[in-house]
Amino acid sequence: MTALPVFRSSRWAAVTALVTTSVLLTACGSSTDDSGSGGGTAKAGGTLTFAVGSDAGCVDPQQVGSNDTIYSVRQIVDSLTDQDPTTGKIVPWLAESWDISSDTTTFTFHLRSGVTFSDGSKLTAQVVKDNFDAVPRLGALGTLAQGYLSGVKSTAVVDPLTVRVTFAQPNAQFLQATSTHSLGIESSASVKRTPQQKCSDGVVGSGPFVLKQYVQNQSITLAKRTGYAWGSSRWSKKGEAYLDKLVFKVVPEAGVRAGSLQSGQVDAIGSVGKANEAALGGGQVTLQRRANPGVVFGLGLNNARPALKDARVRQAILFAIDRKQIADTVFPTGTQAATSVLAHTTPDYTSLAGDLSLDAGKAKSLLDAAGWKEGSDGVRTKDGKKLSLTITWIPNAATNQPALELIQQQLKAVGIQVKLKQLQITQLAPTLQSGDYDASWGNITRADPDILRSNFSTELANFYRLPKGSLDTALTAQAATTDAAKRKQLVGEAQQLIVRNAYYVPVVELQTQLGVAKKVHDLDFDASSRLQLHDTWIG
Amino acid sequence: MRGYVIKRLAQAVGVLWAAYTVSFLVLDYLPGDPVTAMAGAGMDSGQVDPKQLAALRHEYGFDKPVLAQYADYLGRAVRGDFGDSVATGRPVTATLADALPQTLQLTGAALLLAVLLGGGLAVVATYTSRRWLRQLLLSLPPLGVSVPTFWVGLLLVEAFSFRLHWFPAFGNDGLRGLVLPALTLAVPTGAQIAQVLAKSLLTALDQAYVETARAKGAGRWRVHLRHALRNASLPALTVVGLLVGQLIAGSVVVETVFSRDGLGRVTAAAVTAQDIPLVQGVVVFGALIFVTTNLVIDLVYPLLDPRIVVASDRRASLA
Repeated sequence: MTALPVFRSSRWAAVTALVTTSVLLTACGSSTDDSGSGGGTAKAGGTLTFAVGSDAGCVDPQQVGSNDTIYSVRQIVDSLTDQDPTTGKIVPWLAESWDISSDTTTFTFHLRSGVTFSDGSKLTAQVVKDNFDAVPRLGALGTLAQGYLSGVKSTAVVDPLTVRVTFAQPNAQFLQATSTHSLGIESSASVKRTPQQKCSDGVVGSGPFVLKQYVQNQSITLAKRTGYAWGSSRWSKKGEAYLDKLVFKVVPEAGVRAGSLQSGQVDAIGSVGKANEAALGGGQVTLQRRANPGVVFGLGLNNARPALKDARVRQAILFAIDRKQIADTVFPTGTQAATSVLAHTTPDYTSLAGDLSLDAGKAKSLLDAAGWKEGSDGVRTKDGKKLSLTITWIPNAATNQPALELIQQQLKAVGIQVKLKQLQITQLAPTLQSGDYDASWGNITRADPDILRSNFSTELANFYRLPKGSLDTALTAQAATTDAAKRKQLVGEAQQLIVRNAYYVPVVELQTQLGVAKKVHDLDFDASSRLQLHDTWIG
Repeated sequence: MRGYVIKRLAQAVGVLWAAYTVSFLVLDYLPGDPVTAMAGAGMDSGQVDPKQLAALRHEYGFDKPVLAQYADYLGRAVRGDFGDSVATGRPVTATLADALPQTLQLTGAALLLAVLLGGGLAVVATYTSRRWLRQLLLSLPPLGVSVPTFWVGLLLVEAFSFRLHWFPAFGNDGLRGLVLPALTLAVPTGAQIAQVLAKSLLTALDQAYVETARAKGAGRWRVHLRHALRNASLPALTVVGLLVGQLIAGSVVVETVFSRDGLGRVTAAAVTAQDIPLVQGVVVFGALIFVTTNLVIDLVYPLLDPRIVVASDRRASLA
């Protein structure tokens, strides 16, 4: 797959992007409306064929972390709650209502009655308890699910349709976590199986679709659950899904995915990069895009490194980066420059665009003030040492290297030398843990601002080696409040502290981009920029 | 003949053991860790608990000393047990057994096409008396060898699937789905067969026995096919043995471009996920196919040319 340069057709991409802008605008204005508006009335039936780039080798929603596989397995399970992609609000799904204790340690869910799994068994409080008791046993195999439940003290059955989850510490993020695929509810029989069995044979859920067949590296086939009647409160169609069948084909080559969509062999494709936008400009395809919520792509600085301990040096890096240039030249059309440490689709996001504008002059004067003087080769020095940083990165996206090469040039312009060091994907976590790095490139998708606490609290992993301080206070307090306004204010404060102290250098928002045939309607992103296919129809 | 067979068999076992050992050492030496890969730590690195990783590492035996792991794995591998895939938890042998038929179908079809196309090209090129045509035909194989398989595949998909809609662009469905990937894989293979066969055909046509046959009044086609081709096919057969290894390697690229299931895809996925048991299985399995093919070819040689066994046995008895 590496034989083709990513930008072989960048000129064509630019030309076609111009030509098709009008077409694209219909798709990128908002996330949830209208691939389908004006397409007549919705009708039931049909098969949606969706080509994705990879197969995670596992069809258990509680274990899967890769978008390509989440698209399909999400449809098998229902969650206790759902999250509105526009407002970020948590709304009822399997739970009709819930109570949260004022210190956000206890969550009581009142379940809907009459819900069944596709094996005929009933949804009860006991089943939910079984699920939440089993998730920690997935351990490292289900890092997402397991992380959402970390610190859980007990899960108790209050009555057949009421379940209570108690945490040792305040844990406001848990409510949003119950809306994710990772905490999707599986039948008791599924829960009892080993993680490996669940991976290869799949699980039984109560969702709008049922797993029919999984052929590794090849396809995942789902069929409509007849009699389904307990959809999320935010779905427009009541009852069963429209589509009879969903077929997810694994097509690793991006060019083949694009060509297959254009020639009508598939109805939708995932992971459309800039290089393939051109090939999809023919008019029968809509490009749908939405920024992923969570921590934006950026440089995680090791704040314990001698040079980076100085806030002025970190801020100089912040001001020296031209985010718009990186977003426009490297990333797919529509990608936005970061305007905070959180993407704008994250609940409680606060715009700090003013703090994140390019200002090379300011960067230079900050470095001057910090005592780093420009040397003869353009690289700044202090006490005989060069201002040189190594950025570690992993090849998990084709955009990483070109983005970092641009950053390298931009920082060089203000006298900072940057070296790039590529790691194996598996080496990243140990490296961050050991603290033996200057800066690392990455992002994390999560539709709850608590992701800031996981990343920047000094009481947790503290990969960036931050000093204890007022940021901790804000992060701990936002996790302990049920007051929406207060939480927004605290999360806003945390974003300001991170950006203004340049603990982390935000660069661009990751955007999920799909190609969808015009005949497919209401294929919508959920709050985590993944898919909900209950309301989708073909006409 | 018995000595010849035993010697070839012993060599085959030696190659398998070496393949296993070398791949084990390389995998052990490479940076990274299958258990971290398994936990998907690259994506959401904030969440992995080192204690859980250690537990998982213990469960799969990755915490034992290297030598103990080697002995342990080798002992089981000899009995045909390569353990479970780290990524999926399925037994390695079951994963390989599922993928094998797809790849055999693909490489078999590709080899057949390669022999027909490459062989045909060599025969026609050496038969024609038109100089320009011969030159033209003989310039094709070097071209076929040098174009990247990846590019050939994308070109074929673009033309025959996306534009003409004759064949599907991806998947394992039936004969129609086999045509483009087999053709892609047949291009470099057929080109090499053509190169070797054309060269030895030209040499054979200069030999005395061809003159004799002609003098006896045999027609040109008869001389070309019955006499020259038969003698010239021995070097080509040797090349086919080597090409089987190349075909299996090529299936990684072709199966990826055409999204086919098979050993190639399994290999690519296993390497990406650092799925050590599966990579080991693939390496040994690939070596097994290669070794078996060459064993068969070694055993066929004496049928084509009895002098081979005689020479080999004489060497063996001298040693």
